[in-house]
Amino acid sequence: MDLSSLRYTSTHEWVHWDGAVATVGITDFAVSQLTDLVYVELPKVGAALQAGAPCGEVESVKAVGELNSPLSGQVTEVNDDLEEHLERLSESPFGEGWLFRMTPTNPADLDALLDRPAYESVCESESH
Amino acid sequence: MAYLFATEDEQRQMLDAIGVDSIEDLFDMIPESIRRQTELELPPALTELELDQRLRTALTSAQASTGVCFMGGGAYDHFIPATVDEICSRGEFYTAYTPYQAEASQGTLQAFFEFQSLIAELTGLDVANASLYEGASALAEAILMAMRCTRREKRVVVAGTLHPEYRQTVQTYLKYLQCELVETETVDGVADWQRATSLINNETAAVVVQHPNFFGCLEDVAEVVAQAHRAGALAIQVFDPSSLGILKRPADYGVDIAVAEGQSLGIPLQYGGPYLGLMACREEFVRRMPGRLIGQTTDNQGRRAFVLNLQTREQHIRRDKATSNICTNQGLMALRAAVYLAQLGPHGFRELGELCCRKANYAAEQLTAAGVGSLAFPRSFFKEFVLNCHRPVAELVERAARAGFQVGPRLSQFPSLHNSLDNCLLIAVTEKRTREEIDLLVAALAG
Amino acid sequence: MENRIAVRLLQEQGVPGRRATTFPECDVPGPELDALIGRQHLATAPCDLPELAEGDIIRHFVSLSQRNMSVDTHFYPLGSCTMKYNPKRHERWAGLSGLIDVHPYAEDSRIQGLLGMLYEMQEMLGEIAGLPAVSLHPAAGAHGEFAALLTAQAYFASRGEHRTKVIFPASAHGTNPASASMAGFECVQLKPSANGFVNLEDLKQQLGPDVAVFMVTNPNTLGLFEGDIQEISRLLHEVGGLVYIDGANMNAILGKTRPGDFGGDMMHYNVHKTFTGPHGAGGPGAGPIAVRDFLADFLPGPVIERRLNGQGEPEYRLKTPARSVGRLRSFLGNIGILLRGYFYIRTLGARGLREASEHAVLNANYLLARLSDVLSVPHGQRCMHEFVASATSLKSRGLSAMDIAKRLLDYGFHAPTVYFPLVVPEAIMIEPTETESKATLDSFIETIRTIIAEDADFLHRAPYTTPVCRPDEVKAAREPILIYCPCAAPETEESPLGEVPAHASV
Repeated sequence: MDLSSLRYTSTHEWVHWDGAVATVGITDFAVSQLTDLVYVELPKVGAALQAGAPCGEVESVKAVGELNSPLSGQVTEVNDDLEEHLERLSESPFGEGWLFRMTPTNPADLDALLDRPAYESVCESESH
Repeated sequence: MAYLFATEDEQRQMLDAIGVDSIEDLFDMIPESIRRQTELELPPALTELELDQRLRTALTSAQASTGVCFMGGGAYDHFIPATVDEICSRGEFYTAYTPYQAEASQGTLQAFFEFQSLIAELTGLDVANASLYEGASALAEAILMAMRCTRREKRVVVAGTLHPEYRQTVQTYLKYLQCELVETETVDGVADWQRATSLINNETAAVVVQHPNFFGCLEDVAEVVAQAHRAGALAIQVFDPSSLGILKRPADYGVDIAVAEGQSLGIPLQYGGPYLGLMACREEFVRRMPGRLIGQTTDNQGRRAFVLNLQTREQHIRRDKATSNICTNQGLMALRAAVYLAQLGPHGFRELGELCCRKANYAAEQLTAAGVGSLAFPRSFFKEFVLNCHRPVAELVERAARAGFQVGPRLSQFPSLHNSLDNCLLIAVTEKRTREEIDLLVAALAG
Repeated sequence: MENRIAVRLLQEQGVPGRRATTFPECDVPGPELDALIGRQHLATAPCDLPELAEGDIIRHFVSLSQRNMSVDTHFYPLGSCTMKYNPKRHERWAGLSGLIDVHPYAEDSRIQGLLGMLYEMQEMLGEIAGLPAVSLHPAAGAHGEFAALLTAQAYFASRGEHRTKVIFPASAHGTNPASASMAGFECVQLKPSANGFVNLEDLKQQLGPDVAVFMVTNPNTLGLFEGDIQEISRLLHEVGGLVYIDGANMNAILGKTRPGDFGGDMMHYNVHKTFTGPHGAGGPGAGPIAVRDFLADFLPGPVIERRLNGQGEPEYRLKTPARSVGRLRSFLGNIGILLRGYFYIRTLGARGLREASEHAVLNANYLLARLSDVLSVPHGQRCMHEFVASATSLKSRGLSAMDIAKRLLDYGFHAPTVYFPLVVPEAIMIEPTETESKATLDSFIETIRTIIAEDADFLHRAPYTTPVCRPDEVKAAREPILIYCPCAAPETEESPLGEVPAHASV
């Protein structure tokens, strides 16, 4: 995955837009901050999500991270494999560890999200 | 006498090591203007011998003896085997704290894991937590949990036959949360679930039934579950653990969350607390559950080990988004319940339920036959019943007391109950009451 | 700990046919069960409880007790928890007939002795707090926080004020925001300050007409007394807000200063900490709250009222305050624990309580003074009843606070609280309490020094002498096993002791 082709949120979600469907996940930075992941709760297929609103949780032994939807829209698919193979999220957060797919209500909203350099500076400020 | 060690000499050595002249210097972080120069105004200190004598005097001369207990309403005079007191008076248990360091607390952790397993078995549900404060607040927590599970926050329906203090507790918990608390009608001592259908809508988070209910009567729990699930709400049952040797378990009805007052399981009455809040639920809701959970795992050498589990739900990590503000369990009370259930075993537990039920029915029959009163709700009950008294209720309570018995509570003390019940008494009969005691009570009240 | 041999679960020890408690034959005539209770209500199968003999049960639980550390057996400097000695006399008195066997609905007139003690407890707690109105109702400290915040809600509502915010410092106990959120408030956490005290500048920024309550622990969770507390209270009162004192650390200031004297409007006590109601392996506690006069009518209840009868004698009865926020549990309160607190205060008196705090502060400062050359203490040379050291200076050697904590167990010391408060990295929070001798403290100091000099790899694998070592919490959380399941029994039983290096036992 070309990380510079993705869009990001300041709460560490990424979005990949292929022109029809948006794939959503959390970044490697989020995974490393949470440490050992134990559980992930994803939205249900068909759910209507609001941009910036919580739609699930990613839980580690020491913390719980709220999963926020980067865009408004409807969930079309969730990554059921994670239930059995949570390690895929830790090992490959931008690949096999994707969380869900959605049809955005307004794809133009993507432009409001962060690009890679802007997201990298968010991470930098948080690691201090 | 504050259980201190340091002699004057040692104090001096310690102050020297710190580098100050006096203990008072250690308090200079407290601004002068708010530091006290005089002692608190408290009663003079008493030695162990003096307070011992005073207590015994106060409890014998200034206070009537306790009497043989026929009282109910959520706390009962059940038998407590000696082993329960013996185990729970061990300092290794009662002077330990929350098992934060698993290696130093395997005794506590394993005992709580066994407790969770026992409560899950009693209720038939998948998971039980390591306990909550007591019954009424456990119900309030269960309702908050149901709101999280269903993501519905606007409405909760409770049976009108719920213990009035439980309803009040729930009301207080929900007061500032914009959630409407709706109560069903009561007909002949049970909730009218047929007419409740219109109350349970698709904004309802939970439907609550107490079975056996506050009046001792048996509710149609299966119907409650059906109605709740039809609307997408969770069904919560408040149960009586001492009934589960003979009555169906919450899970047999399909209940989602079961809560109870666990005082019946080996905990003394002690004027209302500390008691034991029980909570069990279906597995899918466990991450929304309040309170401590103990889990089994292995240590770095593959040995079985127990730990505080799923702590990320809790206040010390999640803070304002925690499942509850609760940070401990009722450890020692949970231990009492575990020892108690181990003592009774399946056979003792069934005998317990059967004795309570048969003795309570005998007492009801004798009281009504002797003309003391009539059953307010002539239907089957488990171990307590409401007696509609033929004389003023105050007179009967007084007569019972003079003969050495305690009955009640009077229903008039619960303002939320219908005033047609004002001359009624709750009477509970546990396995401890003998036929002779029941007959003497009847004679005292009938005379 | 005495017992390192694995103990099988109760559920694994059952043998069909064994029994402990049996009940007498039913002595009343009348129909059998199935004639009394409809078939639809009756269980179809018995509960599958383990079948055990009484000897099984006693040996089982006594063995478990020997796999614990406790105040009675070990020094237990768990910061923030006040693990002091639990007087045995309290246990005896709490078990007296007339206290232990009283039904919660007993008529007031029959239990005047008990109600008199509880009334006196209310009065004494009011005096110690400097806040005269007391409710004994809450079941624990966190329940007390929730109760007081609801009391504040009721008070503001009565004045037609709509205040939505509760503010607390970064070092607050997690219960503070959790309670505020349950009580329907929005939570605002202040930015941490460099010196460990409340960040006054940030507080001033946050204050406004929407602020309901500021919650603060004083002394705070770093063991420091908030010297600006009067100024903080003044600022809050200026905007019409209330100051809540989290009483978790009252053991530092008994008789030295009072929340009511430094501007607090409400507080809770943790009776199991300050007044030695035992910690009970996690509870029960009791969390009575004390408030100013103008909040008295809103307290949760019932509370105990004293009045004089026709003969001029005192009479006690339960009463719900006039505009009470309501009930938060069934019955009056955790009486058994409150009584233990009552016994403590009555046997210590004013001077005894003051001395308890003085020696708690002396012991903590002694440990601080003698440990600060090997462990850094980021916030101050001195402390109140506890202090927070940091293991960051050992990080270069690869050591963590957890390593020190685990290794202490091998030397027979319970670990301090670690990784709290969150504002100190690698926090080691030490609270010795007043009921420990200089000899114990010296031995603890020497042990810490010894541990710090030990090999890092060796420490990573500690403890060595406990029944288990470093349980796998990730596994526990990923696939939770929360109740007994025959399929989850351990695979091997042959080496219950595990490996014990010869040089590890001390």
